[in-house]
Amino acid sequence: MDDKELHKANARLVWRMVVIALLMFGLGFAIAPYYDAVCNYFGISGRVKEATAEQALKVDESREISLEFVTVVNGQMPLRFRAETGKLKIHPGQYYTVNFYAENTSDKKLVGRAIPSISPAWTSSFLKKAECFCFSEQEFEPHKERKMPVRFVVDPTIQADTKEMTLSYTFFDINEKTQTIKN
Amino acid sequence: MSVATHDDIHAHDHHDHGPAKGFMRWVTTTNHKDIGTLYLITGLIMFFVGGAMALVIRAELFEPGLQYVDPHFFNQMTTLHALIMVFGAVMPAFAGLANWMIPMMIGAPDMALPRMNNWSFWLLPFAFVMLSSTLFMDGGAAAAGWTLYPPLVLQTGNALPFTVFTVHILGMSSIMAAINIIVTVFNMRAPGMTMMKLPLFVWTWVITAFLLIAVMPVFAGAVTMLLTDKYFGTSFFNAAGGGDPVLYQHLFWFFGHPEVYILILPSFGIISSIIPTFSRKPLFGYASMVYATASIGLLSFIVWAHHQYTVGMPLAGELYFTYATMLIAVPTGVKVFNWLATMWKGAMTFETPMLYAIAFVVLFTMGGFTGLMMSISPADLQYHDTYFIVAHFHYVLVPGAVFALFAATYYWLPKWTGHMYDEKLGKLHFWLTTISVNICFFPQHFVGLAGMPRRIPDYAVQFAEFNAMSSVGAFVFGFSQLIFAYVIYKAIKGGEKATSEVWEGAEAHGLEWHLPSPPPYHSWTEAPDQSLISELH
Repeated sequence: MDDKELHKANARLVWRMVVIALLMFGLGFAIAPYYDAVCNYFGISGRVKEATAEQALKVDESREISLEFVTVVNGQMPLRFRAETGKLKIHPGQYYTVNFYAENTSDKKLVGRAIPSISPAWTSSFLKKAECFCFSEQEFEPHKERKMPVRFVVDPTIQADTKEMTLSYTFFDINEKTQTIKN
Repeated sequence: MSVATHDDIHAHDHHDHGPAKGFMRWVTTTNHKDIGTLYLITGLIMFFVGGAMALVIRAELFEPGLQYVDPHFFNQMTTLHALIMVFGAVMPAFAGLANWMIPMMIGAPDMALPRMNNWSFWLLPFAFVMLSSTLFMDGGAAAAGWTLYPPLVLQTGNALPFTVFTVHILGMSSIMAAINIIVTVFNMRAPGMTMMKLPLFVWTWVITAFLLIAVMPVFAGAVTMLLTDKYFGTSFFNAAGGGDPVLYQHLFWFFGHPEVYILILPSFGIISSIIPTFSRKPLFGYASMVYATASIGLLSFIVWAHHQYTVGMPLAGELYFTYATMLIAVPTGVKVFNWLATMWKGAMTFETPMLYAIAFVVLFTMGGFTGLMMSISPADLQYHDTYFIVAHFHYVLVPGAVFALFAATYYWLPKWTGHMYDEKLGKLHFWLTTISVNICFFPQHFVGLAGMPRRIPDYAVQFAEFNAMSSVGAFVFGFSQLIFAYVIYKAIKGGEKATSEVWEGAEAHGLEWHLPSPPPYHSWTEAPDQSLISELH
């Protein structure tokens, strides 16, 4: 190979490698929506985003599942957040309503968003919500408490050996976020 | 090539023999040996910087309770120690070896892209100054571990953008170095040097270079998302905005697992060069070594989530990653057995490079076995985030990658400097290092299995004895490395003249041993004779 040919061959190979590097950089970002889709499909990572219409299901009185409620406030958000009960015995197929209460303890208006998480992860697709405060942003006036109901059912097709489930909500302060977007 | 053109080229070349003078030689150099030297020296300096941080960690852990540093600073130390050792010590040192050795091994005059080579080195000092400067910023350096997991890492103060930009710069530097190596090996081989004649060091580096090009951009993308999450209101990893911090873990380990092979594959190449030389036999199973390295490279892309068994994966995921990870033991086993078979009935001698190579085989295999234990997801739930993990990856990185670098340095130092190193000091360095590294890391298996968590500055009193042992080992190990620095200094300054072959019979093991010691400034200005290449093992 003479110098000119070598130079050309080198340049060609360099550009190929640069293209691979750029594609891999793009792939990192392309994975984000793909990851969401996979998690939604398998119902992992506690993703229950939409309400499902109430339907008549066969209530299985013979089974009882102990459902625990956990409430968490993320970071320094000045919110007092609790469920009316810590634990509920439920029958698969029957609808229940549980009230959650959150009080803004600061002098400022708060905008928050609750993110649900269900464990064990594989049970999350069986917990169907007809109504939930987690579907939208929640506003809290200063020093006011709000009652937020969750209406849900556990699908009776859930594996027979399921004895315990935990539904947890974490409230995130999205004040800053909404302001950035409005600006 | 006719004799006349041959002489023409030679006469034409005469004016640019030899390096320029003074400091600017190093700044403007495009010579593969100069750049290799710069990389190696940077690697050595950063090895001491990262080592000093490790000693801060071990001093604090010498006894239970908080003694010397506050927990936040301790976390900064574990984070920076890892980032500096991985990106500052081991990777630049391997890049230095690649620069020095690849043109000499494949019969080329220099690297294919010398100016880009200069740039890829000179990005490093700036990156490390930037990274070190974060220690003095408000809120200190990043303290979330080298994995930089959100949401914890998003609590970093002003240091976060600097850490992210450091990663970007290091990524650019490694990608350029990798492209250079691929182009050099593909286009610059001497006539007769076919791909299946390449020394294994060259082969392992080619595969490493492909891994670098494929995964460094993914890491750059992931840290860019951290940056935009913190400063530009995006929600890639923020649950409140519909993101998921676990996504970061997947992105990180999609980079991170190939990255740990980037740190070990060139070591395999080095060991595959040294063991045949001192066994006075050709390498056993050359082709299987090449294929094993390639399969390890490919497998590294499909096993990443074994670093995240506790994150809440579906059962199918846990099973898949368990089996895929176990598969890696097969090609790695092929390599280990090939090394043993190479030594089998060989006329072995035990100079320092060979001692390090043998220690590598034994101790790396131990690190491999603990890795196999962790690949089993139900067992890993116990090991996760404990000192058992710390022991595992230090066994594969210190008596693994770092020992390979020691071995390579002793092996090629006479070639580089033209002087034999001090064999007595080399052996002293070997024994102190090997004994102390085991005193340092072996007890960590025990405390890890008993449940001592990693990245915590304090621990329960029942772990006190093993931690004290570990700290003593760490300090002996750390100070033993001063011997290493002195041996290198001494060999550069002078000593017994080395022959061109340096090691008895080495000429059959690689083209580099056909060049004089030290080699001329431009390696193979005329392609080596084809008969030389066909006589190589």
